[in-house]
Amino acid sequence: MPTQLFQPGYRQQLGYHTLLLGGFALLTSTALGVANRLTHADIAKRLAEDLQVTLQQVIPNSFYDNNLATDTVTIKSADKETIAYRARREGQVRAVSYQVTGNGYGGTSIVLIIGVDHNGTLLGVRAVSHAETPGLGDKIETSKSNWIMSFNGRSLSNPQPDGWAVKKDGGVFDQFTGATITPRAVVRAVKGGLEFFATHRAELLDERAIVLAPATPASPTLASPVESTQRPNHS
Amino acid sequence: MTTDYRKITRDGLWDNNVVFTQMLALCPLMAITTTATNGLGMGLAVIAVLVASNLIISSCRNIITQEVRIPVFVLLIATLVTLADMIINAWLHELYKVLGLFIPLIVVNCSVLGRAEAFASQQPVPASILDGFMMGLGYTLVLVLLGGCREILGSATLFANASLLLGQSFAFLEITLIPNYKGFLLMLLPPGGFLVLGFLLAGKRVLDKYLQDKKARVSISVNTDAQSSRASA
Repeated sequence: MPTQLFQPGYRQQLGYHTLLLGGFALLTSTALGVANRLTHADIAKRLAEDLQVTLQQVIPNSFYDNNLATDTVTIKSADKETIAYRARREGQVRAVSYQVTGNGYGGTSIVLIIGVDHNGTLLGVRAVSHAETPGLGDKIETSKSNWIMSFNGRSLSNPQPDGWAVKKDGGVFDQFTGATITPRAVVRAVKGGLEFFATHRAELLDERAIVLAPATPASPTLASPVESTQRPNHS
Repeated sequence: MTTDYRKITRDGLWDNNVVFTQMLALCPLMAITTTATNGLGMGLAVIAVLVASNLIISSCRNIITQEVRIPVFVLLIATLVTLADMIINAWLHELYKVLGLFIPLIVVNCSVLGRAEAFASQQPVPASILDGFMMGLGYTLVLVLLGGCREILGSATLFANASLLLGQSFAFLEITLIPNYKGFLLMLLPPGGFLVLGFLLAGKRVLDKYLQDKKARVSISVNTDAQSSRASA
């Protein structure tokens, strides 16, 4: 069924094409603008709920009586900013949660969220997003395997630093059959997360009375838990 | 001139199927058909966008000129997909968690632009809506079929996580064929998708040829019957 039987002359002019295209651009962008205004608040609310659910997985609810998602502190380290969520009970920070990123198979990112209590012991680790091979590396998801639970209760002194590796590398953590790169990346990322906690402990725990550390560069040592940071508190 | 709705339906589902015949939209096809449920989710999203885009483009077909049609179509389709993304995210968030991954993929689904160009820009609105729906349904069938084959071979389940997509009442669809199956990884990776698609395409050709031969044989035998009866008379 041919449609353009009759084509008025003005349709062949440049001005008509310009107006037509401009008109459609205006209409579509108006529609998008209106839709964005209508959905913006709801989408933000849904994302906040999702965050809350994720945080609840890594921090047991006996640790807090505040709203985890809104009590945050941003810590700037050399190359990036980390947003940490604080779990408070009676005003005291009992645990914090933040994202760490590992380099997975083929250089893709594995984003994890970890929960650490005020002593530096892991409360939970969950994979937030990753692009690991289905059937091999995706065993870091709780829906596929409970491997990631093996981090619960670990800290930088449990096991000792040289034990923070997969068994194949002489460490204490299991690797999966056929996949070493993914668990290795996760172990390294979680260890990095704990070192981050050790370095930024005072800021993370919102300790107003900052213990003055020796004037050496901050290093993630395990012995003295309260140390190093003299930066102004961002909270 | 009347519109042949039966032909539109046949074309969409089989004769001019998006994947089997037009060979379009293969990129999202390979990417998501690791399970039948994923295929179904993507298919439903594509049906919605195809119907909406065909509807709008068909109703504007008389004011859109030949010279600027492609940018106008692209604008409209991109807007529709973004609107769908926002609306599902805001008000159907549970569904979004399952489908969210697929919605942006529709933008790169060239079958939407293909139908706008080949059909909706030249046909009246009701025919275009039907075409969008049938093309989308035909695509969904292939997605579910391919997803199902790969899922059965790759992980020995069928419709895993269907209840996340369709609600708890559809949990009965989730079937585990072989418990403790070790998995056949190749099928879940893109090469498995190409292999299965190849077999499906070959299967369709064989079936089409068989049907054609059968039809030809029937008409020949009818002819010879007619001749012999005339000869005897």
